[in-house]
Amino acid sequence: MSVLEIKNLHVNVETDQGTREILRGVDLVINEGEIHAIMGPNGSGKSTLAYTIAGHPKYTVVGGEILLDGENVLEMSVDERARVGLFLAMQYPVEIPGVTVTNFLRTAKTAIDGEAPSVRTWVKDVRESMKNLKMDSAFAERNVNEGFSGGEKKRNEILQLELLKPKFAVLDETDSGLDVDALKIVSEGVNRAKANTGLGILLITHYTRILRYIKPDFVHVFVAGRIAEQGGPELADRLEEEGYDRYQVAESAAE
Amino acid sequence: MTSTAMPTAGQHGLVAHSDGAFVPVQTRSERFRSVNVEDFAPVNGREHEWKLSPVAAFADLTAGELDGSTLPIETTEVAGIAVSRISRDDARIGAAGTPEDRASANAWSTFGEALLISVTGEDEKIAVVTRTGLGDAPRAAHTVIEAAPNSRGLVVLAGSGSARLSENVEILVGEGAQLTVVSLQEWDDEAVHLSSQFARLGRDSFLKHIVVSLGGKVVRVNPSTHLAEQGADIESLGLYFADAGQHLEQQVFVHHDAPHTRSRVTYKGALQGAGARSVWIGDVLIAQTAPGTDSYEQNRNLVLTDGTRADSVPNLEIETGDIEGAGHASATGRFDDEQLFYLMARGITEGEARRLVVRGFLTEIVQKIGSPDLEARLTAAVEAELEGR
Repeated sequence: MSVLEIKNLHVNVETDQGTREILRGVDLVINEGEIHAIMGPNGSGKSTLAYTIAGHPKYTVVGGEILLDGENVLEMSVDERARVGLFLAMQYPVEIPGVTVTNFLRTAKTAIDGEAPSVRTWVKDVRESMKNLKMDSAFAERNVNEGFSGGEKKRNEILQLELLKPKFAVLDETDSGLDVDALKIVSEGVNRAKANTGLGILLITHYTRILRYIKPDFVHVFVAGRIAEQGGPELADRLEEEGYDRYQVAESAAE
Repeated sequence: MTSTAMPTAGQHGLVAHSDGAFVPVQTRSERFRSVNVEDFAPVNGREHEWKLSPVAAFADLTAGELDGSTLPIETTEVAGIAVSRISRDDARIGAAGTPEDRASANAWSTFGEALLISVTGEDEKIAVVTRTGLGDAPRAAHTVIEAAPNSRGLVVLAGSGSARLSENVEILVGEGAQLTVVSLQEWDDEAVHLSSQFARLGRDSFLKHIVVSLGGKVVRVNPSTHLAEQGADIESLGLYFADAGQHLEQQVFVHHDAPHTRSRVTYKGALQGAGARSVWIGDVLIAQTAPGTDSYEQNRNLVLTDGTRADSVPNLEIETGDIEGAGHASATGRFDDEQLFYLMARGITEGEARRLVVRGFLTEIVQKIGSPDLEARLTAAVEAELEGR
């Protein structure tokens, strides 16, 4: 049984105005098969947590640990993290001109598995996953994210989630900018991936809307770089009614 | 009373320019040209056609005496593409263009016989003509590629090994012909190659002209295309990969000189390593004689490391208001770290990720060549460049 542990994580980012402390002691344990929702207002550090887990060079870890089954993730390069089973569905996936979705998926799958996938089952798997996500087959020959709509980019992220089969996935505001139909399709994809592989999920979101389709086991409220409150799914319902205001008031009173 | 006296020669202001000495070239087609090297002043590197070139590295080719003897070539026999020699006084010599710089004129003044590559017949075929190991002495060459009316074919003019070569290539595309010419430079690290290429396109003909420069210390290929008759169409493509200390240059000129002519110019290059240098100058002239012209030119450079320099200069000159379209674009950008992060976050190693991005960037040109064998070979050559081989 796999476990992803985040212990007392402190993260800085360099800006033009100097060093800024974004994460100020985050503790989180995600077991395989669990869905944790991280909710919080803009600027609370949610995306920083996502990118730090994936190893983006912009963020500097100044304290704490990230462990996957006891292994020190912080010592791994970005690609090593992906190969041990971590996946980040990005909020703003970049375009890769001249690289087709087909080529990209096969290259990534080969890198993750350490060997090329069997041609016959792979082509079938890709086709089926695309069909499930209501992606036109012509998609496969387009360049990665080039000219994709917002919804198409998010579906392409979930397509990768389904095909690469990570142990843990961080979904960074996958719901933002999606209409309700796209949101349902993307949510079904996440639920399908979980049913098939039993992965653990860290679902980062600003809104409670996606939680109607992806049911969290735990909800954490993120404010000013740390977890301000946590609970079960009922906490999301409360946030929907009350918003984040009371946390921010408490935070400014504490300062 | 009004004066009717004619102005006299000495009258102030009558000279073309008030300082009297210098008359700027107004139109791209009016540049000085001559087949005789002595008509050009010695090169000092400040001339507009040389100002971005390392002229000291090849003074022997602009000022020295060249060996005009026949170049050794390797080729295989292909039905419908004949390779032969023609003498200097053949009517086809000079039919496509005239030198506009001293290296080109020097070669023109000294070559002995010209190589003729003659394409006939309407079936598709491919011929590769390779020049290998031309030695360290400065040489001159002249090549004529002629496509008969309505013929089709692909001709690769390749160079590898050592060379100090100044040459002229004339491309004559007959009415309705569809010709592809690939000028492929894979020279040794110390080689210098200056090539002026002149194409004349007949009525409703199509030329795909592709310059691929990968190897050589200094490689300067300047293709100019005269869209001389109605309906002529040029697709001008370029692909270059400049390594440390390499200078890869191309000055492209498209002259729209007849109604309903079309041009598309796309050059893409990657630069990697200290002192890697590329120059692209793209001149398009849409003359009064060319209503209904449709033209677009672009240059893209991908900078992979520090210490490189890419010059990119698009020039568009339009003399008629009646055109379908004319545009130009140029962009030089660094390797995008976010692309790297995205690919690595999917388990792909940094080296493989860089290869994917650069291959993707250059693939647009490679895919247009139209020969799967050559495309595969060039893809492999680009990857070898990336690995620093």
